[in-house]
Amino acid sequence: MTSQRIHAVDVTARNLKANAHLSLKDQQLRNNMRSAMDSLISKRLISMPDEDERENLRELGNKVRARALSQLPDLLEQLESKLTQQGVQVHWASSTEEANDIVLKIAQARNAKQVIKGKSMVSEEMAMNEHLTKHGIEALESDMGEYIIQLDNEKPTHIIMPAIHKNAEQVGRLFENRLALPYTDDVDSLIQSARSILREKFFHADIGVSGVNFAVAETGTLILVENEGNGRMSTTVPPVHIAVTGIEKVVANMQDTVPLLSLLTRSALGQGITTYVNMISAPRQLGELDGPEEVHLVLLDNGRSQAFADAELRQTLNCIRCGACMNHCPVYTRIGGQAYGTVYPGPIGKIISPHLLSLENTPDHPSASSLCGACGEVCPVKIPIPALLRRLREENVKSPKQQPQVMDGQGSRYSVTERALWTGWQYFNSKPLLYKAGTFLATRMSSLTPNKLGPWTQNHSAPKPAKRSLHELAKQHLEKKS
Amino acid sequence: MSARDKILASLRSSLAGTTPIPDPFDAALVDDPWRYKATERVTRLKELMGAVHSEVHLTTEADWPKLLHDLLNQRKINKLLVAPSTHHGQAFSTYCQTHSTDLQLLAYERPIEEWKRELFDEVPASLTGTLAGIAATGTLVVQPSPAEPRLMSLVPPLHIALLKASQIHDNLYQAQQHWPKPMPSNLLLISGPSKTADIEQVLAYGAHGPKDLIVLIMEDA
Repeated sequence: MTSQRIHAVDVTARNLKANAHLSLKDQQLRNNMRSAMDSLISKRLISMPDEDERENLRELGNKVRARALSQLPDLLEQLESKLTQQGVQVHWASSTEEANDIVLKIAQARNAKQVIKGKSMVSEEMAMNEHLTKHGIEALESDMGEYIIQLDNEKPTHIIMPAIHKNAEQVGRLFENRLALPYTDDVDSLIQSARSILREKFFHADIGVSGVNFAVAETGTLILVENEGNGRMSTTVPPVHIAVTGIEKVVANMQDTVPLLSLLTRSALGQGITTYVNMISAPRQLGELDGPEEVHLVLLDNGRSQAFADAELRQTLNCIRCGACMNHCPVYTRIGGQAYGTVYPGPIGKIISPHLLSLENTPDHPSASSLCGACGEVCPVKIPIPALLRRLREENVKSPKQQPQVMDGQGSRYSVTERALWTGWQYFNSKPLLYKAGTFLATRMSSLTPNKLGPWTQNHSAPKPAKRSLHELAKQHLEKKS
Repeated sequence: MSARDKILASLRSSLAGTTPIPDPFDAALVDDPWRYKATERVTRLKELMGAVHSEVHLTTEADWPKLLHDLLNQRKINKLLVAPSTHHGQAFSTYCQTHSTDLQLLAYERPIEEWKRELFDEVPASLTGTLAGIAATGTLVVQPSPAEPRLMSLVPPLHIALLKASQIHDNLYQAQQHWPKPMPSNLLLISGPSKTADIEQVLAYGAHGPKDLIVLIMEDA
C-alpha cells in the first residue's frame, strides 16, 4: 500500500491546506488514525462512567487552572524560590533560541556528548534535538513512540502517542532498515529490541532531558506522568537532569494536582493513573546514592505571555496536554497530526500555535475546523476551544492597523475586498427598503445567478434564490388567512 | 532586562487591576467518590494492580519472607537487591540465614557510579518497602531513600514491593495528607510494571522499567 508520507522537512505550518489534501489520500494513515482515535475515545468514556463525577471534576479542573493563571507571576516566583532553596537551578527563556542556548551551555559546561530525552513537547517546540546535534551532541528520544519517529525522521503526530499513525508492520520495517534487526511485526519483540538499545543509551548518557506535567509552587516539585519508565530513567540515571517546560504549567499546591492528575490520565488514555507519577523536588542529597547531581528547570515563554495578555485567549493556557481534543476531532482524525506542520496539532494546536508561531505563520489553522464543538465538550479543563477558534478567526481578518494589537501576525487574512463585501452585506441587510428591492430582484432573476462561486462550488452546488422570498410567502399566507 | 524580568513584568502588566481567584478547591469532589470500607481497600488495590499485570499476594508479617523466597525460587532468581539496614531487609536476611538457600542478597551500598554496570546487567530483582498504598487507583507510594535509592525500583527487571494493609489509603487526596513535609527529593507513585502502547496501541509490558511487579500485602500490619 502506498503511503504518501509527509516528511518532517517538508512540513511547515503555512502548508496546512496542501498537507491536508495529501493526508486525505493516504488510506493507510486514515485507517491507522481512525482505529486509534476510536479506541482512545471509548477508553476515555469507560474510565469516566459517572457523568456527575466527570462534570464536577472538569469544573474543578477549570477553576484550579484559572486560579493558577490568576496569580501566575507570583506562583512562578514562589516556584523558583522553593526550587532554588532545594538545589534546583531555575532558568528563564523568552524564546526557543534562548532556551536552546541555556540547554547547550549546561551541556557544554559538563562536556556532554550524549543527551537522552524523556518525552517533552516543549523540547519539540524548541527543536532541541536539531540544535544539540548541530553542536555535536547526540540527542536521542527514549519514549517508544518518539524513538520510532526519530528513527524515521518524522515529527510527532499526536502529543501523547507520537507514532500512532504507524502500524506494527511499518515499525517492523523501520527497525529492519534502520537498526538492522530481523523483521517482525510482533509488538512485544519490537518493544524489547528498543528497550535493550535504549538501556545502553541511558547507561552512557551525560544528560537526561524531560518535560514537566505540573510544577507545584508551594513545595517546589516537578511532577512527571508516564507509563514507560523512560521519564524516570532520564531523570535519574544521567548525572544531570534538565527539565524544560512552559511558564503556564505551574499550580499553587499539591492538592491541586489531585483533580488534574485524574483528569489528565483518564482523558488522555482512559487510565485512572499512569504507571509512574514521578515527583522531583531536589537533586541527589547528601547520603543519597543515586539521582542526578544537578537538576535544572528551564521556564519557556515563547508566545505564552501574548496569550496571557488577553483574558479570553488566556484560557488557552489552561491546557494540561491530554490530547482528548485531538482524539475527538473529526478534522484531526482524518488528516493526522503531521499535516498541521506544528508541534501541537489538532484543536489545541490550532489555538496555541498562532501564539507560538504568529498568526502569519499559521494562517489557515483557525479555519481548519468545522466548529462541531467536540473538543470543547471533552476538554478536561473546559477550554472553550470553539469560541477561541472563532476569536482567532476575527483576529485573523482584522485590519493590520486596527487596535488593540492582540497578536503577532494579526490580520494575516485581511483583504480589502472581503472587508468591503461584508460591509456592503451588512448595509444591505440593515436597510429594509434596499433589502426588499434586492430580494425581489434576486427571486425574479434567479436564473441569472452564477453556477461557479469560487472555492464554495468546489464541494457544494451553487445556491439558487427561491422563486419567492420568505417574506413574500409569509405575507401571502397571512393575507389568505384573513 | 533579563528574560526572567521581561516575562514577569509582562505577566504582571496583563493582570493589572485584577485580583487572584479565591481557592476553589472542594476536597469532597476528589475524595467522596473514592471512599471504601477497610476490607474493600485491600481487595480493590489487589484487583486494580492485578488488572495491569502486577502480581499481588496477601500475606502476613511473619510469613512474607518464606513467600518471597518461594516466589524467587519458582522464577529461578538467585540474586535479590535488598537494603540490609531496613526492618524488612533484616527480616528477609534472617530468614535466608536460617534456611538453606542459594539466594544471594545484594545491597545498594555504593554510589551508582561505582556499580552501574552491575546494577544494569546483573541484578534480576529488588525488594523495597513502600510508604503507602492507594485503593482508588491501585497504586504504591514509594519514597526512595539512602537505604533504598531511586533506581532500586526501576532498573531490575523484577520489582517486589512490601505493603502494609493498614497503610492503604482510599485515594490520592487522602494519601497526600500523610506525605512527608517537606517533600523528599524524590517521591513516586507506582501502579504496575512499566508498559507502553505506543505501537498500534498494543499493550506491551517491560518498556523501560521493571517487566514485572510483585506486591506483598501484609494483612496484619
